Amino acid sequence: MLKYVALRLVLLIFIVFGVASITFVLSRVLPSSPAELMLGGRPTVEQVAAARQELGLDLPLVSQYFAYIREIFSGDFGDSLRTGEPVLAEIGKRIGATFELTTLSIIFVLLIGIPLGVLSAVRQNTALDNSTRAIAVVGVAIPSFILAMVLQLVFNGMLGWLPLQGRLDRLISLDNPIETVTGLFLVDSLLTGNWSAFQSALAHITLPVLTLTILLLAMVVRITRNSMVEVLKDDYIRTAFAYGLPKKSIYYRHALKATLIPMLTIVGLTYGNLLGGAVVVEYIFDWPGLGGLLVFSIIENDYPASIGATLFLAAIYLLINLIVDLLYFVVDPRLRSV
Amino acid sequence: MSETMEHDQPSESRAPFRLRAGAFITDNRLFVVGCLIFSVVLIAAIFAPFITPYSPSKIVMSERLLAPNWEHWAGTDRFGRDIMSRVVFGARTSLAVGLSVMLLAIVIGGPIGLISGYFGGWVDTILMRISDVFLAFPPLLLPIAITAALGPGLWNAMFALAVSWFPWYARIMRGAVMRIRKELFIDAAKTMGVSHMVIMVRHVLPNSMTPTIVQGSMDFGYAILAAASLSFIGLGVRPPGIEWGLMAATSRVQFLSHYWTALAPGIAIFTTVLAVNLIGDGLRDILDPKHGEDS
Repeated sequence: MLKYVALRLVLLIFIVFGVASITFVLSRVLPSSPAELMLGGRPTVEQVAAARQELGLDLPLVSQYFAYIREIFSGDFGDSLRTGEPVLAEIGKRIGATFELTTLSIIFVLLIGIPLGVLSAVRQNTALDNSTRAIAVVGVAIPSFILAMVLQLVFNGMLGWLPLQGRLDRLISLDNPIETVTGLFLVDSLLTGNWSAFQSALAHITLPVLTLTILLLAMVVRITRNSMVEVLKDDYIRTAFAYGLPKKSIYYRHALKATLIPMLTIVGLTYGNLLGGAVVVEYIFDWPGLGGLLVFSIIENDYPASIGATLFLAAIYLLINLIVDLLYFVVDPRLRSV
Repeated sequence: MSETMEHDQPSESRAPFRLRAGAFITDNRLFVVGCLIFSVVLIAAIFAPFITPYSPSKIVMSERLLAPNWEHWAGTDRFGRDIMSRVVFGARTSLAVGLSVMLLAIVIGGPIGLISGYFGGWVDTILMRISDVFLAFPPLLLPIAITAALGPGLWNAMFALAVSWFPWYARIMRGAVMRIRKELFIDAAKTMGVSHMVIMVRHVLPNSMTPTIVQGSMDFGYAILAAASLSFIGLGVRPPGIEWGLMAATSRVQFLSHYWTALAPGIAIFTTVLAVNLIGDGLRDILDPKHGEDS
């Protein structure tokens, strides 16, 4: 097991380097004039020359590469062109928003998706099973932005129940600002007893979470159903039935346990899809997270910020996958002896 | 099931074509539905200039934001352009993008997987670890970053999507090749002194294409979705280009009060992707029956 973990970590380091290398190519090699990109706007010839010097663009690519890697691993992503602040600080301000959004969504996706998948597998080829499968087929064909716009139209435009976008009412953030404890508005407002801020935060997060949940539900239901169907064919399940164990206990205590490994894989996959989906969803709902930062900084030609956001989103994804891989050992004791 | 039946029976006792076609349709109902919808989209795309009553980019300021009516089935946008005509023309872009992204990804990924699977060893390790790096990005993130570096536009978006997609095809091709590589006829070819290149292209490749084709047909819809998303956030097709994602994006200013500006492009993306996915699922069941119907 230790050997596997060590191997996994070595691979991770390799991949982190690879990811950094790709962003190096994206920021220094592919653009026709990286210096102008880094400056934004319409720089003068002198400014461009100075930036070229500062970025070391006159050096050979190899030494540029090593300098770039050194900067990234020491946390220096440069300054945002829009705000003039260090990119790392910008990211720090926004990571809580993305974390809050994706975590809440994955909780809902798993809470709804797994039972629905199990139920669908247990009652194979019934009306329930057929309709969940139909939903799964239909669900993957909906574009995220159309779904988001439909929800905005219904809950804001027609019913007027929920706010269109943003993370908090402007008035609330002026009158009853949330004290930062964790950076998660829902948690912080509850901890500090700021009831009006909690309500506002909850109202604002509902539509983005709903969008991401609906988008990913189809995938989770489908994979849960299929792995459950496989497990139910196993001998020990038939034996359990033969012994006359209660059905509920067979399904939820014995069968579901055996699907934990594929489930973990789903969580990893879902999180990746959430982070990718969050880019578009944050943009539509004007959610001040990393995905929104990525799109807005691209639109406003804030190149250092967009590269920083890309690197961070990839890093979060890698971290989640590492955790998922290590959780395999917790879930399946047989793996520990390998 | 029907396929094995056909093989078992001598050809003269096969059911007449009419019956066999009927059986095929009932066996693959969703596949047929997908094909029907897709042909409508395809015909609309090909004959767009002949079937649209209005020019898709003709601006008529006196007819701005008209709700759907008998003259304009899907209404008009804020420049008075006929939305139905734009949706029909948009089919051209979406289908072309989906197809090109898929083919490009296969053209990049296929040879990598072929070489990787055929030679194995350190060649395999290096190629696969490099592909892994591309898979380390959450979906859609890498295409966004690449288009940001290259600048927005249709071609850059297509290239970016294909580059972030190729590792899947490299993996699939590699898996298929590794199964074939140990076959007797490959050994026979090697013994006869046929070059690696010829063995790979003439013997291994034709026998390992099926999984790639199946995956390609299943990804076609996803490519359309991803391209539309890129256009939506302003990195794909730009005005005056006509594309569904872009139409949805430009409708954002007024869709709360004029819902139809987003409705038609939304339905168009959804139906096309759904049809393509149904075809993909059907193809998988037909070409790869071992896969089972529900995995």
